[in-house]
Amino acid sequence: MSAAAGGVRGEWPLWEVFVRGKRGLNHVHVGSLHAADAEMAVRNARDVYTRRNEGVSIWVVKASDVTASSPDEKDPLFAPAGDKVYRHPTFYDVPADVPHM
Amino acid sequence: MTQVEQERELQAQFDAVVARHDRIEPRDWMPEGYRKTLVRQIAQHAHSEIIGMQPEGNWITRAPSLRRKATLLAKVQDEAGHGLYLYSACETLGVSRAELTELLIEGKQKYSSIFNYPTLSYADVGTIGWLVDGAAIANQVPLCRTSYGPYGRAMIRICKEESFHQRQGFELLMTMMRGTDAQRAMVQESVDRFWWPALMMFGPPDDASPNTAQSMAWGIKRDTNDELRQKFVDMTVPQAERLGVTLPDPAIAWNAERGHYDFGEPDWEEFAAVVRGEGPCNAQRIAHRRRAHEEGAWVREAASAFAAQQAAAQQAQEVSA
Ligand SMILES: [Fe+2]
Ligand SMILES: [Fe+2]
Repeated sequence: MSAAAGGVRGEWPLWEVFVRGKRGLNHVHVGSLHAADAEMAVRNARDVYTRRNEGVSIWVVKASDVTASSPDEKDPLFAPAGDKVYRHPTFYDVPADVPHM
Repeated sequence: MTQVEQERELQAQFDAVVARHDRIEPRDWMPEGYRKTLVRQIAQHAHSEIIGMQPEGNWITRAPSLRRKATLLAKVQDEAGHGLYLYSACETLGVSRAELTELLIEGKQKYSSIFNYPTLSYADVGTIGWLVDGAAIANQVPLCRTSYGPYGRAMIRICKEESFHQRQGFELLMTMMRGTDAQRAMVQESVDRFWWPALMMFGPPDDASPNTAQSMAWGIKRDTNDELRQKFVDMTVPQAERLGVTLPDPAIAWNAERGHYDFGEPDWEEFAAVVRGEGPCNAQRIAHRRRAHEEGAWVREAASAFAAQQAAAQQAQEVSA
């Protein structure tokens, strides 16, 4: 167990940190840090990533628990969305003099 | 597709991303040289932030007032934060934090030469904020647009915080310049010592900087060392005038034709010696970092043991439930 907790060279595991900047906004990934457990990760995240009121809420996730869509950021998973321009408001022609649009 | 063809296609994709000033992200394919250059540069940058806590940390217990002490503590804590943002960016390239710490304390990776100079008076706290953080800002602002995503994002966070660092330094010096003759002399003496080492922070002149062209082609660097040095001088000379200190370089003069200030040549022999490890504080800085790391070992081990124990207890509870 101590090997699992310690990882490489006794290193603490890596945690990804997400911060909600203010009420009404999503949590956004801000970086990562090392901590022995989740509680310590939250406390460290507070000191490292929110020294100037950058957040009202913090999430931490063990980096090894993150599942990514593909090894490449240019992802075929998102390709189908690429040709669906009709999902964007600019696809639709509306005269400029229509109010409140 | 053969492997050679595949590699050529990946390289073409990478080149296209860099050419349109888009960002490379950690899971993208990248040339090995690009990865290595980034690891070296980001690690060196992270180490500089961490070692950079020492010269100023030296004065925390002897700050002249509670206000100055709170400011200095916050500043030094920021530098620790900068180091952590950058280590975190570096780790996305597949190196571990422990490995980076080891490389630093074994002297196998470098940090900025400026932190191998001593801080001899409290005026140095002001001068470091003004000149050293000022030079760091000139270096770092263009890096916000660097081609590697995590590095650029770390730089954006850092740049936001650096402006407090520079302003508190300038304010400290202005306060001393409004004080007694002895205080003014202290500021001048401090500026005399830090001016040339601050200019050296931009690295060797362009004709002696063989890696610059490749770094610029990869979009890692956006400006050459000499361009950044000139920019720094142009920003700093009017500030020195406003402060009422004399920069220790008789060659400084406005050149209307160039639209820039002329200035003298730093002592590159001295720079090379400090980089080789022969600066006044090199050994002390590394010894201190090594001691802090080694004396912290029991804390790291205890926290790991506690986490393992808690996890085991929770698992046992789940099994029995
Ligand atoms: Fe910094
Ligand atoms: Fe700073």
